[in-house]
Amino acid sequence: MFTWLHPYAKTERAYALCNTLFPYFLVTAVVGLTVGFIWGLLFAPPDYQQGDSFRIIYIHVPSAILAMSTYVAMATAGLVGLVWQWKTAYMSMIAIAPVGALLTFISLFTGAAWGKPMWGTWWIWDARLTAQLILFFLYLGVMALYGAFSDKTQAGKSAAVMALVGVINIPIIHYSVEWWNTLHQGATITKFGKPSIAPSMLWPLLISIVGMIGLIGSLVMMNLKNQILRRELHRPWVIALLSQSKKEQ
Amino acid sequence: MNPRRKQRLITVGVIGGLLIGAVSLMLFALNENIDLFYTPSEIIDGKGKDGSKPQIGQRLRIGGLVVEGSVTRNQDTLAVEFDLIDTGPVVKISYIGILPDLFREGQGIVATGVLQADNLIVAEEVLAKHDEEYMPPELAEKLKGIKHVKPSDAGINSPNPSPSY
Repeated sequence: MFTWLHPYAKTERAYALCNTLFPYFLVTAVVGLTVGFIWGLLFAPPDYQQGDSFRIIYIHVPSAILAMSTYVAMATAGLVGLVWQWKTAYMSMIAIAPVGALLTFISLFTGAAWGKPMWGTWWIWDARLTAQLILFFLYLGVMALYGAFSDKTQAGKSAAVMALVGVINIPIIHYSVEWWNTLHQGATITKFGKPSIAPSMLWPLLISIVGMIGLIGSLVMMNLKNQILRRELHRPWVIALLSQSKKEQ
Repeated sequence: MNPRRKQRLITVGVIGGLLIGAVSLMLFALNENIDLFYTPSEIIDGKGKDGSKPQIGQRLRIGGLVVEGSVTRNQDTLAVEFDLIDTGPVVKISYIGILPDLFREGQGIVATGVLQADNLIVAEEVLAKHDEEYMPPELAEKLKGIKHVKPSDAGINSPNPSPSY
């Protein structure tokens, strides 16, 4: 079923794939974020209760939602690494981790900045906020665990186990606002039925989300290329590539 | 899929399944402790299957909707009193301090304080709980009859002091 994926277990093919995909991600990121942010931050109407403060949604929601998706992607890479024992799977996992940690941090930071004027507090230990903070620590844990081993196959295995265990946190984050009483409001767009946001505000949000996906993709591609080069430094194709880029300078 | 990969997949699956089971049981057992606040009906009628009620003198959080027309402000101080409701009984909150911008009648709030009597809480902190609906002011006026008031326009200095909360 997945035999078409098998060539990408080779680092050289994976590197080439990164090069192919990178421009598409970059264009999506630049177009999506420019259009989404300018539309959302300048032209979307203010909210009936929060006024202009609601505009932080255009940064907060894309980063918060995608921090979860990115975690699932990282854990999937870890699973592939554990079961099929591909080096490139572990490399992808560790290439995704810092990007996900950054997204989680952005969501926590923007949430706090919004929470102070709207709720009246920077932080509260409710189920949603706490679970998101745990997600941040999971990302840091995966990175720290991977860095703690000098044998990178062993490092990949341990970090993948940790990433897989942490997947349980993802449904908890998503449903925390339904299962328990929280200060954080319920889901606006990621729920069944009609989103409870006016279309004039929803469109720039969706475009920002697409742009953010592009940004994540570009960062992960760049990071994965670096991971591959660093690990395969003594392979002939890497030496050839490096000497070629030296000549061009 | 070759047998070794299959075996690894099964191992990962079984361990993952056990962990998910363990975490679910834990969360289920701690269910009531994860709730951020009591609702007014839980304070009056008790919470959960065993119907445990909070003790008088206990510090707790309560969350509910501000009953419309129940907000009374002291003219000289920051003292304010209002009623909270969810589906049944009403609990009175007494608070001295500045209320958040989003505090309005009919709006959800979460208050931290001490239970003084069966249905009276003296709050130290009042937080606004925003709902998940976002809409432009014109639409809100059409749908809900709510007029958006800019924070700078609301308050005692406006020529026609209208209840903006």
